[in-house]
Amino acid sequence: MNFAALLRIALRALAVNKLRSALTMLGIVIGVGAVIVMIAVGAGAQARVEEQIRALGSNLLLVMPGSTTAGGVRMGFGSGSTLTEDDVVAVNREIPEALAAPALRGAAQVIWGNTNWSTQVFGVTPEYLDVRQWPLASGRSFEPAEMAAAAKVCLIGATVAKQLFGSSDPLDQSIRIKRVPFTVIGVLDVKGQSLMGTDQDDLVLVPIKTARSRVLGTASAARNRTVGTIWVKVADGIDTKVVEEQVRSLLRQRHRIQAGADDDFSLRNLAEVMAAQEASSRVLALLLAAVASVSLLVGGIGIMNIMLVSVTERTREIGLRMAVGARTRDILGQFLVEAVTLSLIGGLIGVALGIGGSLLIAQLAGWRIVISPEAIALAVAFAFVIGVFFGFYPARKAARLNPVEALRFE
Amino acid sequence: MLIHTRELVKVYRMGDSEIHALDRVSVDIDKGEFVAVMGPSGSGKSTFMNVLGCLDRPSSGQYALNGKNVSELAGDELATVRNRNIGFVFQQFNLLPRTPASENVELPLVYAGLPKKERHERAKAMLERVGLGERAHHHPAQLSGGQQQRVAIARALVTEPLLILADEPTGALDSRTSLEIMALLQELNGQGMTVVLVTHEADIARYARRILGFRDGQVVQDEMNEALAA
Repeated sequence: MNFAALLRIALRALAVNKLRSALTMLGIVIGVGAVIVMIAVGAGAQARVEEQIRALGSNLLLVMPGSTTAGGVRMGFGSGSTLTEDDVVAVNREIPEALAAPALRGAAQVIWGNTNWSTQVFGVTPEYLDVRQWPLASGRSFEPAEMAAAAKVCLIGATVAKQLFGSSDPLDQSIRIKRVPFTVIGVLDVKGQSLMGTDQDDLVLVPIKTARSRVLGTASAARNRTVGTIWVKVADGIDTKVVEEQVRSLLRQRHRIQAGADDDFSLRNLAEVMAAQEASSRVLALLLAAVASVSLLVGGIGIMNIMLVSVTERTREIGLRMAVGARTRDILGQFLVEAVTLSLIGGLIGVALGIGGSLLIAQLAGWRIVISPEAIALAVAFAFVIGVFFGFYPARKAARLNPVEALRFE
Repeated sequence: MLIHTRELVKVYRMGDSEIHALDRVSVDIDKGEFVAVMGPSGSGKSTFMNVLGCLDRPSSGQYALNGKNVSELAGDELATVRNRNIGFVFQQFNLLPRTPASENVELPLVYAGLPKKERHERAKAMLERVGLGERAHHHPAQLSGGQQQRVAIARALVTEPLLILADEPTGALDSRTSLEIMALLQELNGQGMTVVLVTHEADIARYARRILGFRDGQVVQDEMNEALAA
């Protein structure tokens, strides 16, 4: 008996009990739809994390000064002033695979005309933009002469540009940072939120020397050239862990730290932080899909239930088919095709519903979703497997009926 | 010799006791015979019928169908034997519901693996032979009892089997329709078809040329039908 004939028999049998078939399919429809929506949402979340990682740069090391102790109270990383611009120079000189850029951070009120905005001011070097991979939307970066002369020029983030200037062009305008006038020479491209949820566009960059002397500076800071953080970008194709150890040993050596003593700085490998973030978002996506799969499984049990009922109802038909020459595999095939037809039709409707549902969620909730062909193929394949798995037992029950008893069945 | 049985025994276990549904039954039936198997319920006539029809295997003994020993074949081999050699007619017609008469008649050919076109042609020819050429597209629910049984007979004939096994074929029909069905079976027998009929009605058995009487699993009567012989 060929497949087309089996399919026709299956469709006719399903058409006899339309409502029952539809309700049985509904389990699979919901299951497949849920799987597709959940995979789309999970993959969307994952894609967002990956995007942020790309934006941040996955080959970054972050060096922060060690802690200070004030009256027995240890202040935590970043409170000390153990890192200096000389450390930055040394890293760039000694480790060719690394590009280091310092940053000094402080908060400041910035004013343009009659508008003002409270933001973060960073004192940086031109390398900082390379290290953070922050492109400029317009204007230019700092020039060496400006760095050396502590020029009063600044780059502003997209949020600051919007808050201060609205729709007017910020380039070459003069803004005041802590009452010191600065000329805006460039606007940074939009970077969006960081993984921690802070707005990466809400900042102003100025030359580090200018920051130290004009904006954030204290007399001592100006003297000892300390910096708040050092970002280190590892060249492409180089293992960040190797460079991490090189930077660590160089800094220990420069800071004259004895073997066995603790570092007076903290060195973090952002690639690892990101990897952990990515792993957790992947686990979340998997979990969502797994939960949705449970409903698919329940749908499969529904199919099995109905197929068992169907086999019992059609015992005489099975007996007759056997009497006129149906072999075990013909009967097995007939009921298996019926179960798989139920699950596959349900699966296809579920795919349509899942895609529709995902798009709806994207519209209503504004979530990022990713509908991949692989996920759809997986869901349909899963529906098929469910049909075979849960259809097999009833089909085998049918195929194993004794023809004499089946014919006599009332 | 079309049917040749020797010492057929069929034993059913019912709890602790054993029931001998068939007790050393040895019967020979030639090609072209019209045999009525008679007996009260529980006499073993249905079991005998099931064994002849290759629906059931004997517990012991030999059954050769057209010279081939079929008493020890496995399930799927028996299915093939049934498909090629035996046409069944049942008391309740056993037609597939919501399926046109033509497709019901085609069913054995589907399992024989015949191509669609040939199936259609043979089914159509067979429906015409039983006088239902005009009703090929009717569903069983749209046919009378007698017409349904004709469809079933067409289905039994469509594979050109060695014999027709009819189990109480008139049991669900009124007496007038019963006569028509028996006349049809008689006509087929006249064209050379071997027919074995199971019935408990003497009126129906009268159409056969030979009567086998069963009681307690044994053949207690085997004689030619006097009325017809005369």
